[in-house]
Amino acid sequence: MAFTTSNSYFWKGFRDGAPFVFVAIPFGLLFGVFATETGLNIVQTMAFTATVFAGAAQFAALQLLQDEAPTLIVLASALAVNLRMAMYSASLTPFLGSAPLWQRAIAAYLTVDQSYACSIVRFETEPQMTVPQRMAYFFGSVTPITPLWILCTYLGAVLGARIPESWALDFALPITFLAMIGPMMRTPAHVVAALVAVAVSLVTVVIPFNLGLLIAGCAGMIAGAQAEVVLERRKAKA
Amino acid sequence: MNSVDPVTMWIIIVGLAIGSYLLRFVFIGFVGDRPMPPWLLRHLRYTAVAILPALIAPLVAWPTATGGEPDVPRMSAATVAVTVGLLTKNVIAGIFSGAATLYGLLYLLG
Repeated sequence: MAFTTSNSYFWKGFRDGAPFVFVAIPFGLLFGVFATETGLNIVQTMAFTATVFAGAAQFAALQLLQDEAPTLIVLASALAVNLRMAMYSASLTPFLGSAPLWQRAIAAYLTVDQSYACSIVRFETEPQMTVPQRMAYFFGSVTPITPLWILCTYLGAVLGARIPESWALDFALPITFLAMIGPMMRTPAHVVAALVAVAVSLVTVVIPFNLGLLIAGCAGMIAGAQAEVVLERRKAKA
Repeated sequence: MNSVDPVTMWIIIVGLAIGSYLLRFVFIGFVGDRPMPPWLLRHLRYTAVAILPALIAPLVAWPTATGGEPDVPRMSAATVAVTVGLLTKNVIAGIFSGAATLYGLLYLLG
């Protein structure tokens, strides 16, 4: 394995993942505060954040706990929020599937919105990357946020500081991902996929357990794939 | 402060930890380097551009912080973040211009 080149890809990943500290810090803090408010002790909070490692699902589970939902419903709903991780896993498999099993096992744990979003863009725009380089990049992209996410959860839980609403931290996640979406629009098929997914997600928002997201995601993927086929046919004719 | 029964809480933590891990491992771990059919690969190419916008769109249209009421600062910030991202292909530029728009408008309109 070419250590130096993988090493430099680790740092490329690190740089590309760095903007997500603007998500990890506020959300870690908010989760720590929210967990303490829900009645979790510090050990439970930290075990939760370190093993589940998925902010949105963790928030969903706590919200349902506060609403005194049955345990099975809490589990099913939070896992439904995380179903998109299976789609990320599938999407990464063509790029990382031939790496050693232990690396894939660690990569699975570190598959989050941020590492996936960074990596898939880089892997698609640089198809000549080797598998070790891709792995290095993937691990690099999640390195800036993992320690901060865990540390900020701890701080939020310990300080229990009420974060003023005027900071509008709720919007850190949308802004960061919206800024990422622009550079992903490389072909008309990408634009079609995104527009269809957005339209369907707004219509299906009433469906419980966050399943609207999956329906919207699938609709967008089908639309993108179809648009790609149509565009290729046109190109072949021209 | 509420209290949660510790057994229930640990069932939820362990269940979610195992379940989330399996969801992430299922393809990259079990499928590995076995080839996948071209039609499936074609769909997977659009996973990111479909799921991420679908995740964000409802948060922009009905922000939780406003109790689900659409509001001008958040809509504007979202539009600016996307537009700057599209034009500059620079994620950091998108984030900062979006955040500046959000805080600027919250200050002016608040």
